[in-house]
Amino acid sequence: MIAKTAIRAAVALGLAAPALAQALELPRQKIELVAPPFVHPHAQATKEGPKIVEFRLTAEEKEIVIDDAGTKLRAMTFNGSIPAPMMVVHEGDYVEVTLVNPATNSMPHNIDFHAATGASGGGDLTLVNPGEQVVLRWKATRTGVFVYHCIPGGVGPMVPWHIASGMSGTVMVLPRDGLKDRNGRPLRYDRVYYLGEQDLYVPHDAKGKFKSYDTHVDAFADTMDLMRKLVPTHVVFNGRVGALTGRNAMPAKVGETVLIVHSQADRDSRPHLVGGHGDYVWESGKFSNPPETDLETWFIRGGSAGAALYTFLQPGVYAYVNHNMVEAFELGATAHFRVEGTWSDDLMTRIRAPEPSTAKASLR
Amino acid sequence: MMRRLWLPGHSSVLPPSRRGMLGAAAILAAVAISALAPEHGAGRASPEPAALRLAAPDLVELQAGHFRHRAAGEFLRDGRPVAAPLVTAETKTLAVMKHQVMAVDYQRCVEAHACPVADDDGAIPDLPMVKVSWRDAQAYASWLSRLTGERFRLPTDEEWAYAAAGRFEDDALPENARDDSQRRLAIYDRQARRQEMLDPAPRPVGSFGVNENGLLDVAGNVWEWTDTCYTRNALDARGDIVAATVNCGIRVVEGRHRTYMSDFIRDARAGGCAIGTPPRNLGFRLVRDDGAWDARHRLFAWVRLFGLRIE
Repeated sequence: MIAKTAIRAAVALGLAAPALAQALELPRQKIELVAPPFVHPHAQATKEGPKIVEFRLTAEEKEIVIDDAGTKLRAMTFNGSIPAPMMVVHEGDYVEVTLVNPATNSMPHNIDFHAATGASGGGDLTLVNPGEQVVLRWKATRTGVFVYHCIPGGVGPMVPWHIASGMSGTVMVLPRDGLKDRNGRPLRYDRVYYLGEQDLYVPHDAKGKFKSYDTHVDAFADTMDLMRKLVPTHVVFNGRVGALTGRNAMPAKVGETVLIVHSQADRDSRPHLVGGHGDYVWESGKFSNPPETDLETWFIRGGSAGAALYTFLQPGVYAYVNHNMVEAFELGATAHFRVEGTWSDDLMTRIRAPEPSTAKASLR
Repeated sequence: MMRRLWLPGHSSVLPPSRRGMLGAAAILAAVAISALAPEHGAGRASPEPAALRLAAPDLVELQAGHFRHRAAGEFLRDGRPVAAPLVTAETKTLAVMKHQVMAVDYQRCVEAHACPVADDDGAIPDLPMVKVSWRDAQAYASWLSRLTGERFRLPTDEEWAYAAAGRFEDDALPENARDDSQRRLAIYDRQARRQEMLDPAPRPVGSFGVNENGLLDVAGNVWEWTDTCYTRNALDARGDIVAATVNCGIRVVEGRHRTYMSDFIRDARAGGCAIGTPPRNLGFRLVRDDGAWDARHRLFAWVRLFGLRIE
């Protein structure tokens, strides 16, 4: 009943939205979203006035492989990626999202933007059945990085399942004049990388082998039983173990400043850059607060996104981990930056290589 | 000094040696460790049940020979990592298992209470045994030796390379005289290239073909334990070893690429930070030792006689 009401509301808004948008008489910009860890091109600061920025998200239910052993997950995604793509706007812009639920899907989906105000972040207005689509517009009134996720209440106890199957993403609302340090000096980045950390729950059989399922519905009961124990089988960046390592390691150069956006829709995380730091960190992800500086490890509350700015000073491979190392090493929460450039002996030098210990004399 | 070589699982320090026959220290240590390997069921006086007797393993006999070999271990010159030297390695006649030890073979050893129970009780009998540690392989070798009356053991790294022939991967690590960080990046990139999808599921014997020596499935998706200990070697300007550290708690693993693994590890899963591409599976094949059998037995008896303690 609630679902039907929501659908009716969504349909009504979908019809009404274009007229309202024209009434705003604002310039429009249509953005092609790109898959993480990359972010669509955007201005870090702007002198232009507010715009209506259009995005399109398509719910995709599909089976994906989440580790090198070939473990399969009945995933749910926006635009096919885990996490869903990042949308970037500036404070005062209007976000206009078309949410499409293809007829090939089996379930209703909707979207809750943490950056938006009212109606469950839009969740109450956007529930669409397979074969439907809806258009929602909301005003970006607060700056920062914010989670968005599917929240299909009213059609069964499915909210945590949809999120833990991959249906979350991030919106970044930049101050119109860009990021600043605590003294108001501008901060700029040469690259931005976007990592979505997700705990995954894949049921296993009596022998401990991971199970696979013919359909999402088949996977539901076992998966929910496992989720209720709150012990994930995988904790991954960008949808699978090793999604951002090896050939997919994130490139950077010495001297470049990188903005790292980290979102986690479910569980707390504690990102750490092995061999590096957080020069400026908006731990809670909201740019109206001054960034902390020189952090070793920071905290991402479950259900939020955070941002860290770092200028690489040494070449090499930097692991970016959830510093619960059990989650990093055993469950998969490890990504890599591959940084080119020239080594600084001043910052670090090995004075003596490993050699037989001088302690041996005392052992005799 | 000798007994310090026999500390399985701990680093042992060798005295500096100008001559430093490359790898000699490691081989000596490996011999000593093998002689003292855990002998599961060794105390059982009763003969193995006849029902458990195996047909002799299918062996390929290789002639003695010498060949250029990329030495195993880590090498430093003036405190900087350098490529492992190419050395001339010699092997005696060698009888090598034609295929890797199968799950059904290992299970017989388990049923004889001579091998540790495998982690994966769902192993398919007709496929290569995987998820085995160096210690498991040692136990199997001991059991098979008792069963057959012949001495079976893991090959050394050099023997494995000799038998693998064209399938041996010469993994000379790149060097950068000025900037070690460039070398680390090059190693990372090479490991990344190796991450191409290699289905980890063990496949039937012969799936990865035969090499020029008639061995099956060399460098397929099952890596193989060797008996060679991890060494860290300091070289002088002439390339001779001036100091070496031997750690027999870590053994050389061979396959599509060479790697080093703690001897109790059964499943070389992906690490995080600095760990390279792990072997998809850990298995093994044995060699029949025709020459060193008596010497090893004498060493073993000698150890018992003098009551040298294994720490």
